[in-house]
Amino acid sequence: MATPAIWIISDLGNINCSPGLGDGKTENYLMLSPPLVITVSFSYLFILFAVAYFGDKRAETGQSIIASPWVYALSMAVYCTAWTYFGSVGLAASAGVWFLPIYLGPMLSMILAWLVVRKMIRIAKTYRITSIADFIASRYGKSPLLAGLVTIITVVGIVPYIALQLKAISSGYDVMTTPLGGIAIPPSDWWFDGTLYMALILAGFTIIFGTRHLDSSERHEGLVAAIALESVVKLVAFLAVGLFVTYGIFDGMSDIFAQASAIAEIKELLTFDQGRSFAYTQWFALTLLAMLSVIFLPRQFQIMVVENVDEQHLKRAVWVFPLYLLLINIFVLPIALGGLLYFGAAPVNAETFVLSLPLAHGQNMLALFAFVGGLSAVTGMVIVEVIAISTMVCNDLVMPVLLRTTRFGERSGGDLTKLLLFIRRIAIIGILLLGYLYFHLAGEAYALVSIGLISFAAVAQFAPAMLGGMYWKNGTRNGALAGLLLGFLMWSYTLMLPSLAKSGWISVDFLNQGLFGIEWLKPEQFLGLAGLDNLTHSLFWSLFINVVAYVAVSLWKRPTAHETSQALLFVDVFQRTRLSHPVFWQGQAKVTDLLHLTGRFMGETKAQQLFTDYAQEVGADEIGKIPEDATLVHFVETHLTGAIGSASARIMVASVVEEEALELDDVMRILEEASQLRAYSEALEEKSCSLEQATKELQTANEQLKSLDRLKDNFMSSVTHELRTPLTSIRAMTELMLDDPSMEEEQRLEFLSIVVSEAERLSRLVNQVLDMAKIEAGHAEWHSSDVDILELVTQSVNSISGIYKERGAVLEVHAQKHVSLIRADADRLIQVLINLLSNAVKFVPEDKGKVEVHIRDAMEGITVEVIDNGPGIAPEKQKLVFEKFRQVEGETDRQLGTGLGLPISRQIVEHFGGRMWLQSNIGEGACFGFFLPRQKDSLADTS
Amino acid sequence: MSKTILIADDEKNILISLEFLMKREGYLVVTAHDGQEAIDAISREHPDLVLLDVMMPKKTGFDVCQEVRANPVLKDILILMLTAKGRDTDIAKGLAMGANGYVIKPFSTRELAQKVRDMLDQA
Repeated sequence: MATPAIWIISDLGNINCSPGLGDGKTENYLMLSPPLVITVSFSYLFILFAVAYFGDKRAETGQSIIASPWVYALSMAVYCTAWTYFGSVGLAASAGVWFLPIYLGPMLSMILAWLVVRKMIRIAKTYRITSIADFIASRYGKSPLLAGLVTIITVVGIVPYIALQLKAISSGYDVMTTPLGGIAIPPSDWWFDGTLYMALILAGFTIIFGTRHLDSSERHEGLVAAIALESVVKLVAFLAVGLFVTYGIFDGMSDIFAQASAIAEIKELLTFDQGRSFAYTQWFALTLLAMLSVIFLPRQFQIMVVENVDEQHLKRAVWVFPLYLLLINIFVLPIALGGLLYFGAAPVNAETFVLSLPLAHGQNMLALFAFVGGLSAVTGMVIVEVIAISTMVCNDLVMPVLLRTTRFGERSGGDLTKLLLFIRRIAIIGILLLGYLYFHLAGEAYALVSIGLISFAAVAQFAPAMLGGMYWKNGTRNGALAGLLLGFLMWSYTLMLPSLAKSGWISVDFLNQGLFGIEWLKPEQFLGLAGLDNLTHSLFWSLFINVVAYVAVSLWKRPTAHETSQALLFVDVFQRTRLSHPVFWQGQAKVTDLLHLTGRFMGETKAQQLFTDYAQEVGADEIGKIPEDATLVHFVETHLTGAIGSASARIMVASVVEEEALELDDVMRILEEASQLRAYSEALEEKSCSLEQATKELQTANEQLKSLDRLKDNFMSSVTHELRTPLTSIRAMTELMLDDPSMEEEQRLEFLSIVVSEAERLSRLVNQVLDMAKIEAGHAEWHSSDVDILELVTQSVNSISGIYKERGAVLEVHAQKHVSLIRADADRLIQVLINLLSNAVKFVPEDKGKVEVHIRDAMEGITVEVIDNGPGIAPEKQKLVFEKFRQVEGETDRQLGTGLGLPISRQIVEHFGGRMWLQSNIGEGACFGFFLPRQKDSLADTS
Repeated sequence: MSKTILIADDEKNILISLEFLMKREGYLVVTAHDGQEAIDAISREHPDLVLLDVMMPKKTGFDVCQEVRANPVLKDILILMLTAKGRDTDIAKGLAMGANGYVIKPFSTRELAQKVRDMLDQA
């Protein structure tokens, strides 16, 4: 991408509210004194440091100030660097909407974050992984080679990005301290170059922020708090400038866009393709690039994964971070267009519009605030990025080499924590100096955005190995090595080297004619692929070769035992519980050796503390009694991994214990054991569940049995009572007659007739009890035939009419002339009808009694209702009438009823699939009814 | 002076036979057909002895017994429970409620007459 174009605005008369400035006027504008800018900058850095210090102090006492989803989400905005702050405006001023994909990518990524990032967090926390290099190396069998390669790619790839930050802040400083439109005089010698000192100052701050002490989890609470604060500062500053430009200089958004549309060259910026070939391809490439970068950039990994306090915070970040991006992008176009409209042909770099527009309007304080915002963007990025990379350089590049030497390796003693910190500090300074070097070599020739994209394309190379490693068990170390190496070479050849060539540091011949003059080796038209812009071209080739190599090599050769075990641990991280977590190790270890080893890298006290905690956890009284097993070795290795990376930790642990080589069979055996253990515990759980279930069922059954037993008891007791009552009368009366031969004839006759009726009552009762028992036990005989209900009612009425006459009661039958036949047992139905009719007549008033029988024929079946004009039955007693031996109070002649009539009737009706009910209101008589359905089959025939 | 006996039973025929029996033994007889009538009759007539059926409408024999014993004026009235259930628990419950004796239905008229006589003599 070229440096921003400066539009020549020829017809200023068209722009109404433009202050309309021409060449020559710019010298009049204000600038700020260098001491002021420097003082403010330093003050701001010290405030940040104070926040970080406070955060660390609070963390030590356990009152974390970053344990908030808001802080987590805001710290993620470390994504927005000087590139966003200055570069986006510059890009918008030359390419319009094309600044957007870099922010659309992260927004899309965050939608998927819950899947991918959560898994990364879980893996990193479980295995104490503290960098991308460690993540990849650990996944592919803790390979030191892979860790080193990833580190080198990172350093080479990120150096331009750091250079970008240095360039931004140095040109920002120039804008602040030189007259607007004037040109800063380049330093005569390199040691006069302020940018160099800026790099060193940043290195100093990074060392203070990041390497004050060594922690096995590599977490920096204070740093995260400071980063979150910086995110707020840069957003507020950028919004302030945006509001000033939009509403202070112009008349709102619509005004700016209206004015911009009036000028053909600027209007062109607001269109999508702007004459680009493959515009959509390029848009897609940029979006994809940003999607990958927001996850795989070292600083994003550090903040999102390593510094994450709680997985749940991700839920908030998923919408807050995209919202932040949206806010910081709202004013990009207005500021870019405003700058173009305002400065016109004046030689003002569009990338510094954020500073120059307020300065040009005499808003020095706003400009200073904007500069602090830019400083925030720069320092946030540099500090986090460089800490992350220095950890990688130390753990994954330097330590594995050092530890192989006799001096540090094997069983030598000595505390290495100081050495570790020293290496990291040197690495920090080294990385920043490299960044300065790149700035010095290539910085001037490139816009901020172009430099940043080179870095993005480099970290995108991690995607296949990372994502494959998390979701594909068959990915191997050799596959990852091949993919990364080829992808990186392709990136270097098609993007990095051309950038150096264009800056004039190496010959551009290979650019124009291809390497060795071979046409199809042209870096920007590889294999003849022409027409794409150089970034899309490079991204396509590097990722394509990367993925193909990764997959092909992975499938070509079987992974080793160690790779297989790590693959399983990573891919199935969510399925593994602590209990059934397999530990892939076999050999012999000594607690003292391991304690000593841990002490060397983490300090004696810390190591003692860790082992004491571990002893407690496994139930040992003291450190000496800790079982020397695979779990202990795994524990030590995991903690060392936090401090020196997985590859180094592997080497160190291997040096103090006697290991037996792990074969693929062993891995399978261990897995088998773990899965057996899991299956066993699952089976146990299932068994206890089913036992519980069975217990519950038994309890219910027992309750039912008990209640049945109670029912039976009650029934027996009731039957006994009902039998004894008539027997009592019979016995008493006969005895009285026997003892008294001279009893009066009349008295004797009365007694005899009572004895007869009580005897009848007894036999009726015995019959009904037997009947009931038979029906309930299912032994009753049923003789079904097609019966005419009307005829049955007539028969019943005839047989009971005597009682009605006695009580002077009227009996009416209401029915259609013809009622269709229904399948039922005629005798049983007559039993039901007589029962209902005799019940009804017992309750009607003497001489005024009236009982009606209603018969209704319908498709579904026949309904019969017996309605009396008696006293009615209270609602609470209506249910009781269908229970055995429940006789309704007020019955005039108890001897006639047995308390079984209604229950038997109901059983009969229900046997034919019907139902029986009672409707009654106190004082309004009662209506007993039943419904008999027409049956499709002859179910009722069964006997 | 002849003693008064209250007979409470909801079975009409049992009432008839008991009334005949007690009158023949020379007692004055008052009858009640349910628990409430029994309570009313006891407080009104202050009988010397109550033949009290357990299973009666409105109030059971147990309830009546309990009320009588709780009443300071009536508490010394003799109560003989008549039960058709005859289970040990029913008898025990009756005695616990303060009955002086119990008779299981169906009973021997001679034995019942003897029992009533004994109870009144002891009193």
